Amino acid sequence: MYKVKVFVTLRESVLDPQGTVVKNSLHSMNYSEVSDVRIGKYMELTVEKSDRPVEEAVKEMCERLLANVVIEDYRFEIEEAVAQ
Amino acid sequence: MKFAVIVFPGSNCDIDMYHAVKDELGAEAEYVWHDAESLDEYDGILLPGGFSYGDYLRSGAVARFSNVMKEVVKAAEAGKPILGICNGFQILLEAGLLPGAMRRNDSLKFICRTVELKVENNETMFSSAYGKGEVINIPIAHGEGNYYCDEAVLAELKKNNQIVFTYNGTNPNGSLENIAGIVNEEGNVLGMMPHPERAVDELLGGADGLKLFQSIVKQWREAHVVKL
Repeated sequence: MYKVKVFVTLRESVLDPQGTVVKNSLHSMNYSEVSDVRIGKYMELTVEKSDRPVEEAVKEMCERLLANVVIEDYRFEIEEAVAQ
Repeated sequence: MKFAVIVFPGSNCDIDMYHAVKDELGAEAEYVWHDAESLDEYDGILLPGGFSYGDYLRSGAVARFSNVMKEVVKAAEAGKPILGICNGFQILLEAGLLPGAMRRNDSLKFICRTVELKVENNETMFSSAYGKGEVINIPIAHGEGNYYCDEAVLAELKKNNQIVFTYNGTNPNGSLENIAGIVNEEGNVLGMMPHPERAVDELLGGADGLKLFQSIVKQWREAHVVKL
């Protein structure tokens, strides 16, 4: 069994209005060292082992559903988990 | 002409759409549930607004994989008119029937008010009853109507005259090039954020949306009804 952590964020070329608001708020709190904020989604998938390589399956899930690749980038981390 | 009003869990403009088509336009309409196996008996497909599947993950992302969407793709390929309004537009984008994607409104606010639209292209089956450049009043109600596509797609949209409606004057949501509604290259799939089905009777504040539905019926009659 695997635990998969999926991170989805707006592409660099796409303006992130939420991130801009949070950045401005941080600046108003005097955290002037913050130059950019991007807000995204975090998902945890528990995936059973199968004949298919888990990387391949997760990549397909990201491309088809978890991210909209027109405006979003994704990355994921796979950890082997021990069944409880 | 018989329309299908597709109903997803979370659709909330389906009744307005049905009312517009059945009572104001005077065409046939039926509600069709999202798990329907066939749309063969319908001449036009309407995807209403709302919050299908709670807009979980992204607007339209889950609805796009519902059973009926396979049939919507088939109907689009067969050249039937497909109209997606608001959440319906978002579903068409997620399904790849129209190019681009929706971002949150640049103000981050849900906006619900009547706006001015400009008819950029009146040579589509959805806009032929309007004049070119005509300015119409149609309500909007969305939090994610900030249309985006990359430069290559935008160039294609312009080249093929696929931009049908733009916001006139103030852009309410930050959409690229003031885009409010686009058609596919073939011209039979229209997606738009504003709600023409809410503007079909003066009693409701305006009837500028009715011509959109009349355009669809006009085109269908010209194609299917034999002149005596």
